[in-house]
Amino acid sequence: MAFELPKLPYALDALEPHISKKTLEFHYGKHHQGYVTKLNGLIPGSPFENADLEEIIKKSEGGIFNNGAQVWNHTFYFFQLSGSPKTAPEGALKSAIERDFGSLESFKEKFSNAAATLFGSGWAWLVKNADGKLEIIQTANAGNPLREGKTPLLTCDVWEHAYYLDKQNLRPTYIEEFWRVLDWGVVESRF
Amino acid sequence: MKNIELQKTISDMSFIQPELKYDYTALEPYIDARTMEIHYTKHHAGYTNNLNKAIEGTELDGKTIEEVLSVVSKFPAAVRNNAGGFYNHNLYWEVMQPGGSSEPKGELADAINSAFGSLDAFKDVFSKAAATRFGSGWAWLIKDGNELKVESTPNQDNPLMDVSDVKGTPILGIDVWEHAYYLNYQNRRPEYIEAFWKVINWDEVDRRFKG
Repeated sequence: MAFELPKLPYALDALEPHISKKTLEFHYGKHHQGYVTKLNGLIPGSPFENADLEEIIKKSEGGIFNNGAQVWNHTFYFFQLSGSPKTAPEGALKSAIERDFGSLESFKEKFSNAAATLFGSGWAWLVKNADGKLEIIQTANAGNPLREGKTPLLTCDVWEHAYYLDKQNLRPTYIEEFWRVLDWGVVESRF
Repeated sequence: MKNIELQKTISDMSFIQPELKYDYTALEPYIDARTMEIHYTKHHAGYTNNLNKAIEGTELDGKTIEEVLSVVSKFPAAVRNNAGGFYNHNLYWEVMQPGGSSEPKGELADAINSAFGSLDAFKDVFSKAAATRFGSGWAWLIKDGNELKVESTPNQDNPLMDVSDVKGTPILGIDVWEHAYYLNYQNRRPEYIEAFWKVINWDEVDRRFKG
């Protein structure tokens, strides 16, 4: 079963000026596509010929894991962004964030810090644990919380390719811009 | 490393970022001036400053960078990350030069031929290690006793660290963090690796081989 690059729910320039069209052309058109292509090249003849991405993330190692998880992670990242986002959570998600982090502002500060301090390439995540408690975690490279039995709710890609054309070494500036295009409506639906 | 040691003793024991021996434009078109400037003045300078902050007031204050690398397991991650970032970039700038690559000579050329078959075969092995390092990191030509080998390490680790799986003295290294090539090559890491071969200072690699 070959995987396909999902079509983005917005135009490549929809996130400007926060994330540039050029960044999305490479990030979606080259990196995300590249992981799909490499995954499809690795799967034939492997034990994962009929597996979906979640099974690949939970059970595989090496190149199949790296490319499979990066396909999933990037789809999850791109689909939570919008040029006209819902700017704050409501309802049950809002209550859970306030319960576990004190306030939305406090959550954003802690999440931003997790994203800024992940050393090297990787991802910052808001996850829901089996007991319903929310948690902020970091994963290196292609790491994904599903592997630890946690449910991802939102993620920030802090591989340098996510921001280097726009912000160069200024990762914290990219993280500030990230909040401006994060669609909390999508995060609510995942919660 | 002698210059760094000297500067270190006269500057209140903190590490000093070595001056570049060539202009930011000197490695064009292979490595562009904007990449050089940001890489040197932001990334490398950042590692240097953060290294000094991480060791200030600890027993590492006053040690050589090699001594620091050999004990990073006993200290917070900031020491490992920034000591590696400081040392690795020092090496990276020194093993490159403007005006085209020289060629390995004498004992170094013999050692490369003996370990890999030929210079081209070595380049293939090294390029593959650099291209396939997933995420951020470095590929190295390492001298381990009398043996030469190619390895790669994640993030800012290097073979002098006690935490490293691969051990030895790095004599050539390529930075494959995306910040090393993204402005010029974006996702095309293999093209950056090809360009790197055009700017190698083999005399410096030889100096490290003999050192």
